[in-house]
Amino acid sequence: MKNGVGVAQNVVLFGGTSEIGQAIIQKIVKPGVSHVVLVSRDIDAADMQISEVAERYPDLEVHHVRFNAEDAASMVHVVAEVVQQVGDIDVAVIAQGLLQEGVDYYANPAALVPVADVNFTGTMVLMYALAAQMRLQGYGKMVLLSSVAGERVRKGNSAYGATKAGIDGFALALDHELVGSGVSVLVVRPGFVTTKMTKGMDKAPFSTDADAVASAVEKAIGTSKTVIWVPGLLQYMFLILKNLPTVVWRRLPL
Amino acid sequence: MVMQRLSGWGRTAWTVADLVHTTEVDVVRSTLGTAGERGVISRGLGRSYGAAAQNAGGIVLEMTSENDPMGIDADFDPMSGLLTVAASVSIDAILRMCVPQGWFIPVTPGTRFVTVGGAIASDIHGKNHHIDGSFGQHVRSLTLMLSNGEVVELSPKQNPVWFWATVGGMGLTGVVIRATIAMLKIESSRVEVETVRLENFDAVCAAMSADGADDDYRYSVAWVDLLATGASMGRGVLTRGDHAAASKVDNKDPLAYDPRLNVSAPGWVPNGLLNKWSIKAFNEAWYRKAPAKSHIGLESIPAFFHPLDGVNRWNRLYGKQGFIQYQFIVPLDRTDVLRKVIEKFSGAGVASFLAVLKRMGPQNAAPMSFPTEGWTLTLDMAAGISGLAELLSEVDSLVLDAGGRHYLAKDSHVSASAVRRGYPRIDEWMSIQEEMDPIGLWRSDLSRRLGLVDHRRSL
Repeated sequence: MKNGVGVAQNVVLFGGTSEIGQAIIQKIVKPGVSHVVLVSRDIDAADMQISEVAERYPDLEVHHVRFNAEDAASMVHVVAEVVQQVGDIDVAVIAQGLLQEGVDYYANPAALVPVADVNFTGTMVLMYALAAQMRLQGYGKMVLLSSVAGERVRKGNSAYGATKAGIDGFALALDHELVGSGVSVLVVRPGFVTTKMTKGMDKAPFSTDADAVASAVEKAIGTSKTVIWVPGLLQYMFLILKNLPTVVWRRLPL
Repeated sequence: MVMQRLSGWGRTAWTVADLVHTTEVDVVRSTLGTAGERGVISRGLGRSYGAAAQNAGGIVLEMTSENDPMGIDADFDPMSGLLTVAASVSIDAILRMCVPQGWFIPVTPGTRFVTVGGAIASDIHGKNHHIDGSFGQHVRSLTLMLSNGEVVELSPKQNPVWFWATVGGMGLTGVVIRATIAMLKIESSRVEVETVRLENFDAVCAAMSADGADDDYRYSVAWVDLLATGASMGRGVLTRGDHAAASKVDNKDPLAYDPRLNVSAPGWVPNGLLNKWSIKAFNEAWYRKAPAKSHIGLESIPAFFHPLDGVNRWNRLYGKQGFIQYQFIVPLDRTDVLRKVIEKFSGAGVASFLAVLKRMGPQNAAPMSFPTEGWTLTLDMAAGISGLAELLSEVDSLVLDAGGRHYLAKDSHVSASAVRRGYPRIDEWMSIQEEMDPIGLWRSDLSRRLGLVDHRRSL
């Protein structure tokens, strides 16, 4: 349940070691939250990251569920396991993601499969499984970490960008489908976020950090917003970038 | 199935439920049979501020009879003053029927748009709690539909345990079908009211204490200005009175009663209309309007008892994010805590429009009834204020550490542990609740958040 000041009781993070995901948890865990579930491949790592929050709220119960984000069909069981542990899922933060660097897809096209499975196929299955549960509850919020990379997919980032484009569109349509059910989706489109996932990569313009993304989510989560951009200026930048003629787009030093 | 988005009067924490509107006992019974594992809760006019009468994903039985062409489903004996009435009937309808006959509802909250069922479930109180106690104390008997569809009669004599578990039981013991209420004899529809302005919080508390002759008045309540600082911190306007004798009323029909709604709040209000500055200006005007020296005058029932009903849909004034109402009680000797709470809110810049202070009388036999001997302070505030969750949690601790508690009919944020600390008889009540509802049918968003019933019990 969400209380009158917008605090959800049961919060679940899919991709429990995600830096952005953990930062969001840090911000939305407030007095009133009773259960946090971290769904991750590496329980110890996830547990270490949450320890600071757990210390701040002695009444908070932290649960762990193990998952393999590449096993798309298993998401149904993962959701069932979470429900079994805590009951209602009031807020689900969907943060699992796979970004491969330096893989030669010409030499190894099969390496694309896990990217699609984690970022797209598995996330779709997960979101429908969550939607089914939340519809029964008559209430629920899914927070999907999308990316501006999906806005106009560029070379060198084709796999990640395309999967983000796909899941972003899917999530918006799902939100539309859920109108009137009490369940809604918040799509978060950050720019380049400096985290361990992007370590060593060249920073893009308007880069941001996990904390800024988390603050934006905290602000938007209690509202009826469907999409947020972090930083907000990117919304207008991409309005231009998306509509640039291909000739110009391809010449941009992105 | 009508899926409907519902909230409490505070317009926060909306959830979706299958809404079934009925006042028919048979329909109520057959609806219970269709319930899934999200259960059922009954709802009246939706005046509880938080999530008491909503049930996300389950069934909400809306039992109101405001627009019933058949009139009010009630039997009233003007000799004894005993009123037997359907739970779906509102205090508004009861007053329209009974005031002209010389009888008044024994307990009324600040709005007359609450149903009898809701009044029992919340064990509501009014300005006369220090003299007359809460609503449940005036209920002579009630009929309740249990989760198996059986209707039982409960009274303080016949099955008192179940009766008192239902009073203040937040609808979690069953659906109240009818109740018999002992009405209060009045000679006129006017209230003789003494109004006085008090310059600071100490003066307010002193005037309202039992030594301050407060017990000489049936009704007593103070409005407190939470934005005043320094020497006038906690200044207020105290109003006390009783029903006026017929001889005092300059009218050929002293019992004439005509409650009319004055104005409506518009359907759309800009967020932040009620802010620190607008409320400060309002408070100043309200305080200045009250006479510096005690003044006695006659007021109508709506003006004295139901000021909130003067503006229809006033709950929309807080804009889209809604508002929360914070009501707690602390023991009589803990006025220091009231001060601390007021300081905390004003220190954080939280503006509250109409903070109300009242001294309450002794507790009744209901394990989950809110009122107990002490001071109760009620404030409302915009729900969207940043940092509110943290601030309220600090205030909750002050209240609980002092042996106080929160009013569930108003609550929209406290934690399960806060209720356990505030209501020492909760385990006793929960075991009675389980005996009355072994299948765990009754559920609400409030009961989920506060763990009031064992949600692991499955249907």
